[in-house]
Amino acid sequence: MSVKAPRISVTVAEVVEVNPLIKRFRFVRSDGQPMPPFSGGAHIVVEMDDHGTRRLNPYSLMSVPEDSSGYSISVRRDDTGRGGSLYLHQQVKPGMAMEIGYPVNLFSLDQRAKKHLMIAGGIGITPFISQMAQLTSLGGRFELHYSVRNRELGAYVDELKALYGDRIHLYFDDEGDKIDLDRLLAGQSFGTHLYVCGPKGMISWVRSTADAAGWPKGTVHSEEFLAPPVGQPFTVELAQSKKSITVGATQSLLEAMEAANVDAPYLCRGGACGQCETDVVRCDGHIEHNDHWLSDEQKASNRKIMPCVSRFGGTTLVLDR
Amino acid sequence: MRSRPVYGELTPRPGSGHLFVADGEGAEAILDLFQKAGAQASSLLEKSHIIYMPGPNGTDFGARLEALGAAQYHRSPSFASAQSRLKKVLADAHMGLQIYLAGTEGLMGQAQRDVIEAGLPHEAVQTEHRGSTVRRVQCVHCKGITENVRTDPIKCSHCGLHLFVRDHYSRRLAAFQGVNIDAEDPGQVPAAVERFK
Repeated sequence: MSVKAPRISVTVAEVVEVNPLIKRFRFVRSDGQPMPPFSGGAHIVVEMDDHGTRRLNPYSLMSVPEDSSGYSISVRRDDTGRGGSLYLHQQVKPGMAMEIGYPVNLFSLDQRAKKHLMIAGGIGITPFISQMAQLTSLGGRFELHYSVRNRELGAYVDELKALYGDRIHLYFDDEGDKIDLDRLLAGQSFGTHLYVCGPKGMISWVRSTADAAGWPKGTVHSEEFLAPPVGQPFTVELAQSKKSITVGATQSLLEAMEAANVDAPYLCRGGACGQCETDVVRCDGHIEHNDHWLSDEQKASNRKIMPCVSRFGGTTLVLDR
Repeated sequence: MRSRPVYGELTPRPGSGHLFVADGEGAEAILDLFQKAGAQASSLLEKSHIIYMPGPNGTDFGARLEALGAAQYHRSPSFASAQSRLKKVLADAHMGLQIYLAGTEGLMGQAQRDVIEAGLPHEAVQTEHRGSTVRRVQCVHCKGITENVRTDPIKCSHCGLHLFVRDHYSRRLAAFQGVNIDAEDPGQVPAAVERFK
């Protein structure tokens, strides 16, 4: 996908306050047509025109995959973020016209698995909601372990309990609950795959615990979208486009290229998918690699950059774009 | 040929249990692994289950493997006779069990297929090729499988067609592909060459 990629024109059908931090948004197509199908774990990029600043943020779809009448996302408000979630929470009202990208799945269920063990932290619950709906209609085995701060902020805990009963295991931080991960992993039947979505610390804890317990890499799946970090403004030269652009403090390099009408590829906009990988022609300075995509060697070589989340500090950065 | 399997070298990995399936010279890959494990060998053996069968060339190092003293050692006359045991072990196992396969391609491919059917990705299995290079070949015409193929071309043991043995490999069938070599000029069959020993 890129700036010129096709989008779906949608109307906001519903905005629901799930709890003091999370709102749910439902989008239907403005032309009345059915939405494209998606698979559990897919996300969409939502385009926002925040008073002249163009924002494109990825959000996991949480509706039922077969339901082509619309898409639902849940957004946690981040008061210290760059503003995308605040815009959705404060500016987006039912009836508004918006643009979204086509669904992309970087966190799909591995259909080879005999059982799916899901671990969610906080707003990381959203991809699992669509995955569980998909498994229910296809007849797959699953269990979900869902950790939340407290009962008030536990989004969808009652709904999920009502739908899936004892396949849902809840953990409330402020009541001292903690997932006994060693025990949980040791008891899983052969052929189980593990999925984790949540805060960075939770993902690395689950990944390293599974690795030490002998779970093969191909059986452990995770998804974490990074928000592009804020930083010092910097200047970048784009060799192919013959342009010099300045990336603002709260702007990502990808957004700055798009603002300059440079057709840069992207999918997830969160450092996970690899689509925006760009060759570095010259680097006099230091690239702040913030992505999950490049290998440590690639990062050290300073020959590649992921413009969606990475920044630069120094005198000259020339990109092959 | 992208589908041609690539084999590695068995290395001990952390896990709740260790399942070894080997034939013929594959026994020596297991013996080498425990040699490499050094001080950890005894704790590894306490959680190890070895299923072994002689190779297609008759090599039988069963006595040396049994002498390792693994928690469980089972000798079978063939893979076909070991398979129900392997499937039962996988059905009862938990995640954390490490799988190690060693010996001929036919044995490793068939055991790997059972592990994949149990839900693991194929790359989750460690393999080490030792001993005979004879192939398990599927005739793409009659679908029959001929074991222990030494020459190329071969005569299909089911339908009798002369088959060119390709490097094209199927993980689902655990077999190389055999394609009729004289389809266009019936009777023009090149002399068989011993390619696999």
